[in-house]
Amino acid sequence: MGNLYDVIILGGGPAGLTAGIYLSRAKIKTLIVNEGIIGGQMSLTHEIANYPGIESLSGYMLSVNMQKQAESFGCKIISNVKITKYNLKNDIKSITVNEKEEYKSKAVIIASGGKSRELGVLGEKEFAGRGVSYCATCDGDFFQDKEIIVVGGGNSALEEAVALTQYASKVTVVHEFGYFQAYKHAIEQATNHPKIDFILNSTVSAFYGSQSLEKVTVKNLKTGEEKDINIDGVFIFIGYIPKTEPFAEILSLNEGGEIIIDKNMMTDISGVFAAGDCITKRFRQITTAVADGTVAALNAIEFIQK
Amino acid sequence: MTLQTNLDHIETENQYNDILSNNENVMICCGRMGPMCVPVYADMETLRDEYPNVKFYDMLFDIPDAQVIRNLPECVGFMGLPFTVYYKNGKVVKATSSIQMREQITAVLDEYFSE
Ligand SMILES: Cc1cc2nc3c(=O)[nH]c(=O)nc-3n(C[C@H](O)[C@H](O)[C@H](O)COP(=O)(O)OP(=O)(O)OC[C@H]3O[C@@H](n4cnc5c(N)ncnc54)[C@H](O)[C@@H]3O)c2cc1C
Repeated sequence: MGNLYDVIILGGGPAGLTAGIYLSRAKIKTLIVNEGIIGGQMSLTHEIANYPGIESLSGYMLSVNMQKQAESFGCKIISNVKITKYNLKNDIKSITVNEKEEYKSKAVIIASGGKSRELGVLGEKEFAGRGVSYCATCDGDFFQDKEIIVVGGGNSALEEAVALTQYASKVTVVHEFGYFQAYKHAIEQATNHPKIDFILNSTVSAFYGSQSLEKVTVKNLKTGEEKDINIDGVFIFIGYIPKTEPFAEILSLNEGGEIIIDKNMMTDISGVFAAGDCITKRFRQITTAVADGTVAALNAIEFIQK
Repeated sequence: MTLQTNLDHIETENQYNDILSNNENVMICCGRMGPMCVPVYADMETLRDEYPNVKFYDMLFDIPDAQVIRNLPECVGFMGLPFTVYYKNGKVVKATSSIQMREQITAVLDEYFSE
């Protein structure tokens, strides 16, 4: 019964890794199955300066540390795989990975987080990895001395725009409103930066190029006026949507696609818990994901020991 | 300088040329120890057993000799790490930019290297 676990965690971001640390340390046989990159959105963050006890660290390194910590307690982690079947309703839950391997458990914690919202406009998919990016840490240095656009006006967009100035010769922030939805310090840092310009009340409505991105159309959302801008790269930070599509038919989601949980972080299926950015909540941060992961893990321990 | 993976590393242009001359099916992932690259190396490590007819290597993107991959015509316009290149009889059959899921990698391996 090598594939039978006490708890399977779906997702290896900060919520899932934290749950993995707590469960494995309590000698609960735990498997994390992660569909994307370990660390999730956290690993895409250039610099994390608001995680208590750590003055400043790249999101990637914080992810590696959390992974090591979970593994050191015996947590098994499978990453960058596709889950092709979910069977969560019975007492023994099961998932199938890559259409081949079946894993079973007494409880499941869903920590599937969120994914970058895409603009959904002409050329965006075609130029992903060829000038369109959702990760400044990963792709920033391809834009050394080049001119780039950052789309968005929240904390992530403004903070990553500032981070990108270490590579780019000029960063233009294109934002759909006339104001920013970010903390004061992030707004001040960006607006005072000599390399950063702003185009407000506007969005990027199309991407063009041949082998790589060469040009975008920027549309003024107030006047409808469109203009083409020659550009080398565009980084998109326009918020996140919960990654809960596989669960839509299985358990209750709210109208925003977020998983509804009770006070014990259990969903409406017995033994299925949820934590992190995928649940109904207001503030989506690493600290809140880590806290959710802790609470879900402790409740899962109580559930399986009942 | 090499990557901290369990794959065989390519460190020089000569070694790269030797590998391509002496092997029919080769996959090389050229990147760093970053969030988009590490999952691809991890998949390659586990795919070695499933595809014994393919040689899997990595190469650090920042060493000068990695220009053999950085400057491939098939990688022109790539702006996302890693650059993953698949070769049959020394010729590039496919190149991808940025992270690839395991199923995307196996789709390429099955298409070009199945026996
Ligand atoms: C650019 C950027 C900058 C940020 N900066 C900060 C910051 O400075 N400080 C801060 O506190 N927060 C920051 N955040 C927010 C923070 O990263 C998130 O709130 C946090 O990562 C959420 O953690 P999570 O574990 O819930 O989900 P995620 O980090 O989204 O991780 C979920 C993981 O689960 C995987 N997955 C998805 N679906 C499934 C499935 N069905 N089965 C298995 N696995 C699945 C995903 O691929 C992913 O790897 C930032 C976010 C971004 C994008």
